[in-house]
Amino acid sequence: MNATLTESHYRNKIHPKKFALWVACASMTMMFAAFTSAYIVRQASGNWLEFNLPDVFSYSTGVILASSIVLHCAYIAFKKRNVFLYKGLLVLALLLGIAFVVLQYQGWLAMEKMGVQLTGNPSGSFVYVISGLHAAHVLGGISAIIVALVHAFALKFKVTKVRILRFELTLTYWHFVDLLWIYLFLFFIYQK
Amino acid sequence: MTNVSTPIQYDEEKLIKEQGFDDHFHDHHHGDKYKSNFITTYIFSQDHKMIAKQFLITGIFWAIIGAAMSIIFRLQLGFPEESMAWLKPILGKWITINDAGIGTLAPEFYYALVTMHGTILVFFVLTAGLSGTFSNLLIPLQVGARDMASPFLNMLSYWFFFLAGLVMFISLFLSTGPFSGGWTAYPPLSALPQASSGSGAGMTLWIVSLVLFVVSVLLGGINYVTTVLNLRTKGMTMWRLPLTIWAFFVTAILGILSFPVLASAFFLVMCDRGLGTSFFISEIFIGGQALDNVGGSPILYQHLFWFLGHPEVYIIILPAMGLVSEVLSVHARKPIFGYKAMVFSILAIAFLSFIVWAHHMFMSGVNPFISNFFVIFTLIIAVPSAVKVFNWITTLYGGNIRFNSAMLFAIGFVSLFISGGLTGIFLGNSAIDIQMHDTYFVVAHFHIVMGIAAFFGMFAGIYNWYPKMFGTFMNETLGRIHFWGTMIGAYAIFWPMHYLGMAGVPRRYYRFDNFDAFSHFADSNKFITIAAIIVFALQILFVINFFYSIKNGKKMTTKNPWGANTLEWTTPIDAGHGNWPGNIPAVHRWAYDYGKDGHEFIPQIVPMREGEKDGGDH
Repeated sequence: MNATLTESHYRNKIHPKKFALWVACASMTMMFAAFTSAYIVRQASGNWLEFNLPDVFSYSTGVILASSIVLHCAYIAFKKRNVFLYKGLLVLALLLGIAFVVLQYQGWLAMEKMGVQLTGNPSGSFVYVISGLHAAHVLGGISAIIVALVHAFALKFKVTKVRILRFELTLTYWHFVDLLWIYLFLFFIYQK
Repeated sequence: MTNVSTPIQYDEEKLIKEQGFDDHFHDHHHGDKYKSNFITTYIFSQDHKMIAKQFLITGIFWAIIGAAMSIIFRLQLGFPEESMAWLKPILGKWITINDAGIGTLAPEFYYALVTMHGTILVFFVLTAGLSGTFSNLLIPLQVGARDMASPFLNMLSYWFFFLAGLVMFISLFLSTGPFSGGWTAYPPLSALPQASSGSGAGMTLWIVSLVLFVVSVLLGGINYVTTVLNLRTKGMTMWRLPLTIWAFFVTAILGILSFPVLASAFFLVMCDRGLGTSFFISEIFIGGQALDNVGGSPILYQHLFWFLGHPEVYIIILPAMGLVSEVLSVHARKPIFGYKAMVFSILAIAFLSFIVWAHHMFMSGVNPFISNFFVIFTLIIAVPSAVKVFNWITTLYGGNIRFNSAMLFAIGFVSLFISGGLTGIFLGNSAIDIQMHDTYFVVAHFHIVMGIAAFFGMFAGIYNWYPKMFGTFMNETLGRIHFWGTMIGAYAIFWPMHYLGMAGVPRRYYRFDNFDAFSHFADSNKFITIAAIIVFALQILFVINFFYSIKNGKKMTTKNPWGANTLEWTTPIDAGHGNWPGNIPAVHRWAYDYGKDGHEFIPQIVPMREGEKDGGDH
C-alpha cells in the first residue's frame, strides 16, 4: 500500500512561480471581467451613447499582436542559442510594446476629438478607464521586457534553467496582456 | 470502537530520516539556509511562521481598536442621556460639552465609528488577522513545505497589510474625521467628496487603504494556492490534506476571484471622485445646484461590491470552519466525521457564494423575479452548512473529549454557527427581508454567524496552535474564564437584538429615545451595552494572557502536546526557518487516524501496515 512513496516529490511539471503567475492572471481576468460586466449592466439601463471605436485601436491591436509573436520568436531563438536573433527580436518586441501604448494614447486623443469625453456619458468613460487600466498592465509588461533586455545585454549569454524560467514568466505575462486587449477590443466593438 | 488505547510506537526521527524527502536543505548553508539578522528575523521576515505572528499581533491591535469603537457607540445607544465628557481626552472635538458639563458624542462621529468598526473588523481582523495568520502558519507546516512558494511575496503581503492599516490609522485622526458612510461605502456618500464630512479626505484614505489591502490579500492568496498545489510533501495527496488546509486553500481561491472585483469597483469610485466621471453618481442636487454628472448608477456599485462582499463572508468563516474541524477532531480523539463530505461542503459553499450576492440588495429595487433566483441559491447554502454542522456534532458524539480552551471555543463555534445560520434562512427570503432589512435583526444575524463565530474559530486556533507559535502554553484557567464569559456575553449582546429587529428598530441610528415606536427598548439597549462592556473586558483578559504567556507561559516540553497527527507537530519546538532541520517528512496516511486499531492516534508520518486502508479513501 505504499504506492505513494514512489511518486515524485515534485507535484506538477509546472514551476511554482509560473503557476503563481497563472493564478495572478486569473485574478486580473476577474478584475477586467468585473469591468466588462459593469459595462453590460450599466448599458442595459439605458441612456447610453453609442459610438464607433476610432481606427487607431485596430492598429494598436495589430501592434500588440505582432509584439507577442516577436517576443515568442525571441524566446525560441534564445532556446536555440541564436544570440543575434534573440537580442534583435527582444529589442523589436520592446519597441512594439512601447508603440502599442503610444497608439492607445492616440486612440484616446481620437475619441476626445470625436466628442467622446472622459467625463461624458459612461459609455465613453468605460472605454477610457478600462483601456487605461489595461495600458497600466502593459506598462508592467514593458518593464519586465526591459529587465529581460538588461539581462540580455549585460550578462554573458548562457541558457540556464533559471533564465529560461525568467523568460517564460515574462512571455506568459506578455501573452496575457495581449490576449486581454484582444478580448477588450472585441468587447468594445461588439458591445457598443 | 474501543476507547482503550495504547500509544503507538514509532521513532519519529528515524521515520523522517528514512522515509522523508531529502531536498538538500543542509547543503547550502550553516544551520539555516535563510540565515538572518534581527531585521530579517523579526521585521522584514520571510519565514511564514514569523509572518503569521505579525499578522496575528497586528490583527489583535486592530481588534482592540475596532472593539473599543463599538463600546463607544454602544454607550451612546445604551445610555444616550449620560455625559460622555470623560471621553473628551481621547475623542477631542468629537465630544461637545455644554454649559452644564454634559458631553455628547458628535452624530457624524457616531457614523464614523460604526463605519470604522465594520471596516476594521471585516477586513483587518477577520480577513487578515484570521486567514492571514493561520494560512501562513499552517499551510507550509501541514503540507510539509519549507516555506511558501514565494517567501518574498509573502513578506510583501504582510507589509501591504501593514501599510493599509497605517493609512487607515492616519484617517482616524483627520480633522474632518474618518470615512462615515458605512463599511460598504455606497455611493453617493463614497463617490461625492462633499457628501459628508467623512466623505472627503476620510474616504480618500479609506479607499487608498483598502486598495493596499486588496494587494495584500492577492499576494497572500496567490502564495497559499500555489503552495498547497505545488509544494505538498511526498505522499501528501489532496485527500490526505487536513481540513484546515482545504479551508485555507478554498478561502484563498475565493479571495483571488472576488477581491479584484472590489478593486475594480474602487477604481471606478476613484474615477468618479477624482476625474469627474459618472459611473455611480448622477444629477444630484447639492445646495440647490445639480451636479454635472449624468447617467451614473449607484446600484451598479452595489452589484460590484457585493460580488466581493458575499464571498468575503465565506473568506472570513471558512478558515474558522477549518480550524474548528481540526480542533474538534484532535480533542475529541476521533476522526472527523465525513471528511469528504466536509471537503465537498467547503467547495459547494465556495461555489454558491458567488451566485447569491444580490440577497444583500433585495430592497434596492432589483426585479423580484431576479430576487427569486438569489433566494433559492441563498437557501441552498443551508444544505452544505448543515452537512458541516451535522459532521461536527457527530465527530463530538462518543468522543473522549478534552474540555480545554481550544476545544471549548470550537464547540462554542458550532453553537453560534447554528444560531446565526438559522436567522440567515429568514433573511435570505426576499419577502421577509422587506420587514427585516436594515434592522437589528440583520445586525444580530451577521454578528453571530460571521463575527462572533469567526472569532471563536480564531480563538480555538490560537489556543490550540499557541505552543507551535511561541513554544509555551496560554493559561488554561484564564482561557476557560475567557470562553464562558464570551460565550454567555455574546449571546447576551446579540440575542435581544433579534427582538429589536423584529420590532423594526433600524440599525445605524444615533439614538432611539425620541422615537415612540422604539423608545421602550431603552432597557434592552442598556442591557446589551453592559454585556458588551463585560465581553470587551474579557477580551482584554485574553490579550493579557496572550502576551504574558509568550515569556511566562508553561513551557512546551514535548513536540506533540495534543497527540495530533498533522505534520506541524513533527517540527522541533523552536523550529527555525525551513521548519525541519533534516529531511522533509513523508506522509503515509490521512490526518485523522484517531482511535484506530486500538491506538489513540497515528501520525501522518507513520507508514501503513500491510493491508491497512487509508482513512481518506472511503
